[in-house]
Amino acid sequence: MKTILSGNEAVARGCYEYGLHVAAAYPGTPSTEILENISHYPEIYCEWSPNEKVAFEVAMGATFEGARSLVAMKHVGLNVAADPFMSQSLIGAPGGFIVVSADDPGMHSSQNEQDNRYYAKFAGYPCIEASDSQEAKDFVGIALEISSNYDVPVLFRMTTRICHSKGVVELGERKEFPVKGFQRDPKKFVVLPSHGRVRHPWAVERLSRLQKFSEETPLNFIEKGNDIGIITDGVAYQYVKEVIPEASVLKLGMSYPLPIEKIRSFAASVRKLFVVEELEPFIEEQVKAAGIACEGKKFWSNLGELSPERVEDGFIEAGVLKRKTSVSPKEEVIPRPPIFCPGCPHRGLYYVLKELKAIVTTDIGCYTLGVLPPLESGDTCVEMGASIGVGVGMAKARRSGKGIVATIGDSTFLHSGMTGLLNAVNDKAGITVVIADNRITAMTGGQYQPGTGKTLMGEDTKKVELAKICQALGVERIKVIDTYNLEQTKKVLKEEMETDELSVVITNRPCALFPPEMRKLVQQKPFTVDVDKCTGCHICFRVNCPAISESDEKTDKGLTKAYIDPNLCTGCSVCAQVCPFDAIVQKNELK
Amino acid sequence: MEQKNILIVGVGGQGVLLASEILSFAALKAGYDVKKSEIHGMSQRGGVVSSHVRIGEKIYSPLIKEGNADVILAFEEAEAQRWIHFLKENGKVILNKYKLVPPIASMKGYSYPEDPVGAVRKKVRDVEVVDGVSIAKRLGNLRLINTLLLGVLSSSLYIPEKVWEEVIRERVPKGTEDLNIKAFQEGRVHASHSGD
Repeated sequence: MKTILSGNEAVARGCYEYGLHVAAAYPGTPSTEILENISHYPEIYCEWSPNEKVAFEVAMGATFEGARSLVAMKHVGLNVAADPFMSQSLIGAPGGFIVVSADDPGMHSSQNEQDNRYYAKFAGYPCIEASDSQEAKDFVGIALEISSNYDVPVLFRMTTRICHSKGVVELGERKEFPVKGFQRDPKKFVVLPSHGRVRHPWAVERLSRLQKFSEETPLNFIEKGNDIGIITDGVAYQYVKEVIPEASVLKLGMSYPLPIEKIRSFAASVRKLFVVEELEPFIEEQVKAAGIACEGKKFWSNLGELSPERVEDGFIEAGVLKRKTSVSPKEEVIPRPPIFCPGCPHRGLYYVLKELKAIVTTDIGCYTLGVLPPLESGDTCVEMGASIGVGVGMAKARRSGKGIVATIGDSTFLHSGMTGLLNAVNDKAGITVVIADNRITAMTGGQYQPGTGKTLMGEDTKKVELAKICQALGVERIKVIDTYNLEQTKKVLKEEMETDELSVVITNRPCALFPPEMRKLVQQKPFTVDVDKCTGCHICFRVNCPAISESDEKTDKGLTKAYIDPNLCTGCSVCAQVCPFDAIVQKNELK
Repeated sequence: MEQKNILIVGVGGQGVLLASEILSFAALKAGYDVKKSEIHGMSQRGGVVSSHVRIGEKIYSPLIKEGNADVILAFEEAEAQRWIHFLKENGKVILNKYKLVPPIASMKGYSYPEDPVGAVRKKVRDVEVVDGVSIAKRLGNLRLINTLLLGVLSSSLYIPEKVWEEVIRERVPKGTEDLNIKAFQEGRVHASHSGD
């Protein structure tokens, strides 16, 4: 039976069909839907872990027990899981273990576009790359085979276009595999230096066996065409087939270790050899190191994602293709940057922080959008959990924590903020930490975390309380604010900013969008603009709410008045509070 | 049917992704290979949404090459203008008469385009403007714009009407099937009557 699946859905389906037992992840675009879809198969235990390191450790533990397991994350998530990822190299993966790294060329929703194929080389793991959804499903089975046969974790590398593009997939039945059970072997599983020194040569030998496998596996195959030769992997393969179908292509489904001898004989069979790969010259530099001439980054830069037109442009520049059609120039059209939803609890927080002229070290989540105009509240943001540590560092450098506010979301705090806060307590850093607690992991589509009291598999579980955690970590000043109440929010934050003592301020309004069942609880009577009182000052626009737009009504001086869309307004009242003329009222108050 | 490249564009929340999903499954049911590509995430937050749908015997790239789209189906006017460089020469634009002004328009330096339909007509000869809001209102529900626009699009593709209707019935919310079929059929009729 055929259906249409995204790469992520296909990976989840592959997990089902190839007998996966355990899956863990932390949400991160473009990988999030993998675990979301795995949760549709009750045969597989799956969980959202507080961060990628823990998720990796859970999946790693499962494979130690001889189970087929998978961990999924976005590219920067592998930076968080890098310690277990690297340390597992000398141990192995007895049950079979897939590490999905969903990279983001073009930074559609990430802080960088790092090329995680290098992680495979760094650790000595095979790197498997699907080029479409059917392969994404099929390669799960192949990767699990390679993993358990060679006793090695497999890096299953995807990119945004593979994760989110959809294509036709042939479905199959689930094959069951037994959980082999834990085989006690401290020399293997315990990484003492004396054990490691014996395991390292074993790992090196394992890599040379994987090298031989790479030469022989049908994952890497040649499509014979004319005398132009192209080595390619991932989604780049599809663009190559699209724009230069007549060329000879060596498609790499296994991009590490490289099948160097296969590449050498392919190179000898063509007149010119190109490497078309997205981002870094990962393949190109290894081919060149083997003494095989080729060109890649010369024509396709390592910046941004590839596209059919970029691949074509590169071949035109290389003198291989001629330009056939001209493209009309792009029109300049108003952008639609993401902004806080109507009723978002972060709105009031960042509006007030801007008014208080706080130095805001912020973090990664929906609340990062506070940086964009007109709210423009957020001075530093680096990686998950950085806000608190960076705030402490700045405070120590200037010898005072006054005026420094670290803002961090609930999921981010549980991910990697707790250790930062513990350090702030220990350092006696006088900063203010605001936990923007909207009780969900919102930016990635509304996933549960330990503060929500529900698991991914739908069971009730212990609900973690953030204030208690902060108390246990040693914070003495803990306040709660209602960010729909700007006056209270301002009063509390001002006091905490002026005190050179560590404090934690926790916001208490839930996300207005997720979970969908809660939206009716967030919804209150919409507000409306009293056109008789509105002076067209546009101060309400500064809270940047999608429900507020320009009305057709104008003042005598020709200024446009404001209009609130009752279908979008959730009645949070923030705009009403900033209006200097009391011109915004709840619908039934308007006479 | 030779290859068809359809670019469906709009604003988050308008139903662009549901429309491209229905189109893809209709193509699959009709026996074609299909690939579609979109960037998720901004669809919840009033951001730009574009879905590339490619139908044919064997499709490689999930992205349409710039200048290669046979049809641009735009749910919103400024979005039609934004993506016009994707249209091939002699391509067709189906445009829903609807303007969604983003909040950034009230900030200095940003303004919603004066005449997006005019800008499109300057570059494209075959433009079919659909008053989706009025027709959907007449049929009883603004959400019917999706299937209405798909109906208009369907006349440019060789997918049997029966296949479309089967897929629509499977994919729209339970209880709305008949109304959506009605909207789809109105769209098909709109296409054959449009004089442009």
